[in-house]
Amino acid sequence: MANVLAVTEQKGGSLRKVSLEVVTAARRLADGLGGRVDALVVGAPGVDATSANLGGAGADRVVVATDPSFAHYQADGYAATVAAQVRRGGYAAVVFAATASGRDLAPRVAVRLDVPLAVDVTELGVEAGKVVCTRPVYAGKALQMVRLDATPALVSVRPNTFPVAPGHGGAGAPTTETVAAETAVARVIVKELKAAEQGSLDVAEAPIVVSGGRGMKGPEHFHLIEELAKAFGNAAVGASRAVVDAGWRPHGEQVGQTGKTVSPSLYIAVGISGAIQHLAGMRTAKTIVAINRDKDAPIFKVADYGIVGDAFEVLPALIEAVRKARAG
Amino acid sequence: MKIAVCIKRVPDTETRIRPGADGTSIDEAGVKFIMNPYDEFAVEEALQRREKAGSGEVVVISLGPDAAQETMRTALAMGADRGVLLQANPIPADGLTVAKALAAELQGGGWDLVLFGKLAVDDYNNQVGPMVAELLGMPCVTSVVKLEIEAGRGLAERETEGGLEVVEFQLPAVLTCDKGLNNPRYPALKGIMAAKKKPIDIKPAQLGPARLMVQSLTPPPERAAGRIVGEGAAAVPELVRLLREEAKVL
Ligand SMILES: Cc1cc2nc3c(=O)[nH]c(=O)nc-3n(C[C@H](O)[C@H](O)[C@H](O)COP(=O)(O)OP(=O)(O)OC[C@H]3O[C@@H](n4cnc5c(N)ncnc54)[C@H](O)[C@@H]3O)c2cc1C
Ligand SMILES: Nc1ncnc2c1ncn2[C@@H]1O[C@H](COP(=O)(O)O)[C@@H](O)[C@H]1O
Repeated sequence: MANVLAVTEQKGGSLRKVSLEVVTAARRLADGLGGRVDALVVGAPGVDATSANLGGAGADRVVVATDPSFAHYQADGYAATVAAQVRRGGYAAVVFAATASGRDLAPRVAVRLDVPLAVDVTELGVEAGKVVCTRPVYAGKALQMVRLDATPALVSVRPNTFPVAPGHGGAGAPTTETVAAETAVARVIVKELKAAEQGSLDVAEAPIVVSGGRGMKGPEHFHLIEELAKAFGNAAVGASRAVVDAGWRPHGEQVGQTGKTVSPSLYIAVGISGAIQHLAGMRTAKTIVAINRDKDAPIFKVADYGIVGDAFEVLPALIEAVRKARAG
Repeated sequence: MKIAVCIKRVPDTETRIRPGADGTSIDEAGVKFIMNPYDEFAVEEALQRREKAGSGEVVVISLGPDAAQETMRTALAMGADRGVLLQANPIPADGLTVAKALAAELQGGGWDLVLFGKLAVDDYNNQVGPMVAELLGMPCVTSVVKLEIEAGRGLAERETEGGLEVVEFQLPAVLTCDKGLNNPRYPALKGIMAAKKKPIDIKPAQLGPARLMVQSLTPPPERAAGRIVGEGAAAVPELVRLLREEAKVL
């Protein structure tokens, strides 16, 4: 059987949006391999496997493994549980999300199964029965295409690059099955979560990112970036390294080679020059907008749309216009 | 404190990357190589831990071509005690192959800490550290931005999409280091001179068969030439129209 396992992610008992993207990528592989998609949900008892439409994204079966210690990601138990399910199901491929926890989890599962892992994949398919993937390497300056010569083929997919294709779902609602969780003694114990601001979207997963750079002149002006993000409704705030190093913004918001890699539908760079290390983190955004007062700034070379002008003049007008556009 | 740090020789991030004649790797002509930037955080952390403990040893290990000795000399000049080069040319793209060779070298070394960078900026594999930890059966914390060690117990902060996670673990442990952990020192002239006399043990890497096969390496698709919509606030209505009608993101 050439079935594919999609390893979903949950937070607070609800499935995260990236879970649908993982299932979408898994569906693509299952169609190429001629098999079924099982979506694995790992969490604490009561985790809601229906909180996202896994069936609509292409899952044929939902497999739930719960343990009271699994409310939050915990490497040892999660890795043991995923590896056990892969052995039980005899999958041809396993798809993870290339999120903070997915990046931590997938390599551990790879060792337990003794198979290689292709990380941060932006494109995938099946050729002559083998899984092939495309992944950005060298800070996005090249694309590497790899073939996985092992079973199961392990891949993790970059958030925002596998949008859910409507109507891709199977014939009916997926069946749900409960399996035993593998609890392991946690050798790394989570003591505390210092949560980011309530309700704020993470820059690595938001569909829209509004980033500010040194051109914003000081932390006291970032309320303009925040307001523009708010005007879009589904946007996160990002930052260049220059402003993170200056202490204007937290490192969690940094976009670029030493920060996060983002692939949103829309990336707006305000007062950011467009250094190669910044581009490394955002050049795969679908649409890029640049606002910069220097018409020769390198950011304009990658921007689809540019406005040459002073951020402090352009931003208030843009915030207002986006608010109006969204109000109808 | 006995600490091992795995460091990788990678192209400088400022370098222009061109696919080479083989179509699967880069053209190395004119490319400057450096220590992977995240590995500098790992080396710095090891040195600070050794200094704090008052005694111990920092060993840097690199799997790569003979030229990786230069990368190791940088770490030795920063203050590491000795190096081990596991010869492999080219460095396999399969992270598990690399991890197994490193683990074979590290096995039984009596390390208190084994440090890695969060990721290598050439292959972006993001996996070798936790793989080595699994192979050695050691606890592992990835993307560490803050670290405290007291009496064989570690407290680390790691970055996740929800915010910061504070975790506790026992030594010996494997950690992968992220930006923010420390400020890597520059090698001083004295260190550079001393590094020349420090030993580097050279031996072939034990490499298993690769099962992640690179099919091609290509330049990324050019972004279609963008356009300047206009100047100042006057350009905002046109930008919003384009976002709505052309890019369909509003
Ligand atoms: C190893 C390494 C890793 C790095 N990693 C990263 C990384 O992850 N992310 C990252 O971002 N950088 C990274 N950098 C740093 C990078 O090289 C740049 O220094 C940094 O991105 C510059 O930030 P900036 O664009 O905000 O600042 P600047 O380069 O100073 O640009 C400011 C821009 O604002 C414009 N401006 C000024 N005033 C206004 C105004 N009133 N209105 C509109 N525009 C205005 C200017 O024209 C200029 O283009 C890294 C560097 C190295 C060496
Ligand atoms: N060839 C290598 N030699 C030594 N260390 C390596 C090598 N490749 C990867 N590493 C280590 O593993 C980390 C993560 O690399 P990667 O998984 O390739 O992104 C790096 O920051 C290094 O610490």
